[in-house]
Amino acid sequence: MEFIDYYKVLELNKGAADAEIKKAYRRLARKYHPDLNPNDATAKNKFQQINEANEVLSDPEKRKKYDLHGSEWKYQEGASRQEKKEGGHGQQGTGSSGRGFSADYSESDFSDFFASMFGGESGGGKGRHVKYRGQDFNATLNLDLKDIYSTNKQTLTVNGKSIRLTIPAGVENGQTIKIIGHGGEGVNGGPNGDLLITFSISNSTKFKREGNSLYRDIDLNLYTAVLGGEVTIETIDGEVKVPIKPETQNNTKVRLKGKGFPVYKKEGEFGDLYVTWQIKIPTSLSEKEKELFKELSKSQANGK
Amino acid sequence: MENEHLITIEEFCTHYGIEPSFIHSLVNFGLVEITIIEETHYLMKHQVIDIEKMIRMHYDLDINIEGIEAISHLLQKISDLQEELTFLKNRVRN
Repeated sequence: MEFIDYYKVLELNKGAADAEIKKAYRRLARKYHPDLNPNDATAKNKFQQINEANEVLSDPEKRKKYDLHGSEWKYQEGASRQEKKEGGHGQQGTGSSGRGFSADYSESDFSDFFASMFGGESGGGKGRHVKYRGQDFNATLNLDLKDIYSTNKQTLTVNGKSIRLTIPAGVENGQTIKIIGHGGEGVNGGPNGDLLITFSISNSTKFKREGNSLYRDIDLNLYTAVLGGEVTIETIDGEVKVPIKPETQNNTKVRLKGKGFPVYKKEGEFGDLYVTWQIKIPTSLSEKEKELFKELSKSQANGK
Repeated sequence: MENEHLITIEEFCTHYGIEPSFIHSLVNFGLVEITIIEETHYLMKHQVIDIEKMIRMHYDLDINIEGIEAISHLLQKISDLQEELTFLKNRVRN
């Protein structure tokens, strides 16, 4: 457990007056407040430290205790641990289960240092903590591209409650869906908060995805490219036969309609698959083959 | 009139311990919409999350309404940019 210099956190000298503490707190809070720094974990962290520092330094009794014992508090850690255990609120037990699911609910996690020094004394310092609307819960769901090729239903456990969730096919990486009313409970008849699930989608397939289009490079042998023919290629959910035009050039792109990724929330609609042919020049040619190529090259030189 | 999507301004202000004049200022600045039914002023419950933010900005951070207005525009801009950034990141990654 590390000692935290609350004066340093608020950028103050040890003898700072109450008014200076208040001013410093507000100045830093305006800079790092989560409302003003959406989706910024660093700012949120910093804000929690500032809050904790303010909680201690703006309370005369806590400040006195901190000034007196703060720096050598670690020596008393053994004694205080016990105190913490008995006075704990059991707040830690809000873990979540479910595959690849991580959630982050609490807004005011104080440090171990704070907990060991002041136990469960937090709160009371701030005047306005009236709750009405429930808290929003944020969660990230990790999925693979294959998982979102079709719509699927999953049951997640959030704060001990099971939530049946339908994940529409074709969701985007980084997209957030809001499940209204599945956040924290409202107080005094207030509405519940929402559950916000952000999808983090990895891609273990051979396809590159852009919206509902899929892209893939596929090798094509020289003879098929020159003479034309038909090849069978893998799509994301099966195989398809693709005709090859004679004299197909390297890097030719063909569009396979409807063989791409599902269109979000439009059941039965699919994007396109774009295949780029990578023509492979044969290697380890036999003498006979070399001869034939030589002959070919002569005829080409005469013709064009 | 009972409606689960609406809450009277009076009731809202009592819960949060704020002055109704604050809400009216937000309305005047176009930051919040109200619904008037039979001369009673209501807030839509889905706006509560935004109003809570504005309450924190004003009462906890000492930001005046003009400041809140500017911040709201900037936050909207950040949100649009983040969306665009996600879109572009998805295009770049393989």
